[in-house]
Amino acid sequence: MLEIKNLHAKVNDNEILHGIDLTVKAGEVHAIMGPNGSGKSTLAHVLAGHPGFEVTEGEVVYEGKDLLSMAPEDRAREGVFLAFQYPVEIPGVGNTYFLKAALNAIRKHRGLEELDAMDFLALVKQKMKLVEMDESLLNRPVNEGFSGGEKKRNEIFHMAVLEPKLAVLDETDSGLDIDALKIVAQGVNSLRSPRRAMILVTHYQRLLAYIIPDHVHVLFNGRIVKSGGKELALKLEEKGYAWIEEEIEKAQPVNS
Amino acid sequence: MIAVMEEKNLYLSYFASFEGNPTVRRHAWLHRIRKDAISRFSEMGFPTTRHEDWQYTNVAPIVRQPFKLAEYELKDLSEERLGEVSLAGLKCNQLVFINGFYSKELSSLQPQTRDVVVGSLAAALEQGGQVAPYLARYARYHDRAFVALNTAFMHDGGFVFLPPGTRVKDPIHLLFVSLDQGTPAVSFPRNLVVLGAGCHATIIESYAGLRQGTYFTNAVTEIIAGDHTVIDHYKIQRESDEAFHIAALHVHQGIASNVTSRSISFGGALVRNDIDDVLDGEGAECALNGLYMVTGNQHVDNHTSIDHAKPHTTSRELYKGILDGHSSAVFDGSIVVQADAQKTNARQTNKNLLLSEDAVINTKPQLEIRADDVKCTHGATIGQLDEQAMFYMRSRGIDKETARNLLVHAFGGEIIGGTTVVPIQCQLDLIMHRRLSGVSTVKETL
Repeated sequence: MLEIKNLHAKVNDNEILHGIDLTVKAGEVHAIMGPNGSGKSTLAHVLAGHPGFEVTEGEVVYEGKDLLSMAPEDRAREGVFLAFQYPVEIPGVGNTYFLKAALNAIRKHRGLEELDAMDFLALVKQKMKLVEMDESLLNRPVNEGFSGGEKKRNEIFHMAVLEPKLAVLDETDSGLDIDALKIVAQGVNSLRSPRRAMILVTHYQRLLAYIIPDHVHVLFNGRIVKSGGKELALKLEEKGYAWIEEEIEKAQPVNS
Repeated sequence: MIAVMEEKNLYLSYFASFEGNPTVRRHAWLHRIRKDAISRFSEMGFPTTRHEDWQYTNVAPIVRQPFKLAEYELKDLSEERLGEVSLAGLKCNQLVFINGFYSKELSSLQPQTRDVVVGSLAAALEQGGQVAPYLARYARYHDRAFVALNTAFMHDGGFVFLPPGTRVKDPIHLLFVSLDQGTPAVSFPRNLVVLGAGCHATIIESYAGLRQGTYFTNAVTEIIAGDHTVIDHYKIQRESDEAFHIAALHVHQGIASNVTSRSISFGGALVRNDIDDVLDGEGAECALNGLYMVTGNQHVDNHTSIDHAKPHTTSRELYKGILDGHSSAVFDGSIVVQADAQKTNARQTNKNLLLSEDAVINTKPQLEIRADDVKCTHGATIGQLDEQAMFYMRSRGIDKETARNLLVHAFGGEIIGGTTVVPIQCQLDLIMHRRLSGVSTVKETL
């Protein structure tokens, strides 16, 4: 479904990604782990099309299409979803109103009929249960006054409603206590499907104990330096990122 | 200099024939005020950009245009079109004025208790006495050219009189509609609202242009709020896109009175709103909120002046502006705290959203504090659309235009949402929606 080839990207003249190669198939869950500053969030934002990041080299093929040439809203309409690490608050724009506009834009693109207010509300009530979302948060402005946990759950709630094909979750576990984490993980797991792929960007192994990945990749200085199965995550947890650094140094030829 | 005198002379000659009418001269006290006003206007002339209060607003286009005095003419007014600007669906007291003249046939009033007056100023002036103690005593004209001009020519508008302890539940809507008169015309709406002690009322002033071409509305409203009186006031300006609108609102408040006034400005080519609010009683409170939305080549100038004349008075101001195209706007908020007005609490905020690189906002707070135990703050922001919010929405599938409109609507919504009269809120939402739906000019959106 997704093929990232030699992706280089920079922000504010700092090159962050130095050549990422990654293939993700439908039904798979990939975890991208790495220390702070490794480029995890940059990768997530580049996939979503954030204008602040500039791709300097490489390509991303999504379902046979050139993803990098598509506007953010077109990527969303084609089924790409980014769950933000720090979801922004939008005062004055209702959560439900916003979500309905988004869903109908996606449905229209797919040639489906737009949902009216009643049908949408029925859908919303059903999806809310997946993340134990409180009804009172439906009519509040988007994320306004939401706690950290509520914001993360709201992201997964949006994901449940919009039903993307490729979901990129950017440090969805950050700032969550264990109970909130379990609810979010439960929500994500309920959305796993053979036709859906997920990329979990995470710093800690913790989340991956609840959302078991098929593949784990370690991002270091803007490159994927190690890939493996779910055991890799456990090893990282045990040994820390310093272990990766050592491994890389050992593999490098000595520079004169 | 000669050009300026010529333009002034037009109005002086109008006045000469205006006061030739015996009806106009009937009441000596009123005639005296009129003559004084026109004489002051003659001495002052129209303001130029050399005057500090008018430095960003050039009224030359108004001065240059030879307007004729407006007349009552019910032409090309469909029920549908009137319905869009009226509150006919709501149980209210609606006084409709066509080109500044009261239209009994188009108006609808609820039955009132004895001694409550909701009607036309012309009728009240005809009957005499009730108006005399108040008219032109609050909106001073000796240093305000446009107020002087209105005072010289005033003849009709809304007159509301509530004896003490009166509560009028149904909103009072003063609807001023401008219709085509063949050539550019000027009208002088004059409103007088006198509420005794312990009263409660909702007053809405709407100025709607249901015609093309240029015209000039020069309006003055005086509101006297007695002790412990609560007033909910709205001023909705939706003139045509080539219109000129210069208005002054003077509010005088008594002890523990509470006035909330919302000034919404969407239309007009050149608009100036002056609000003077005197908190002349201990514990008096006022909230002045405003929303101005300009695009194309529109210019809107909001000048407010709050006078904390007594102790323990409170004022809150929130003016928000949305500027697009080559438009320009001015916010000048003056707050004066008199020497005895201890424990004054004043807060003024002006927020502006610039949607284009060519739009210009001039925002200026003016605080004059003569007491020493007060709390006064002011702040102004000038910003663009929140890029983070834009990306968030787009990443969920909402296109750029829709995302932009959602944010703009949310920005203006803080003022529109505070509207307590639901049909007004709907009307304002609709105007805003039309303006945002890809209609870049003002025409047809009002």
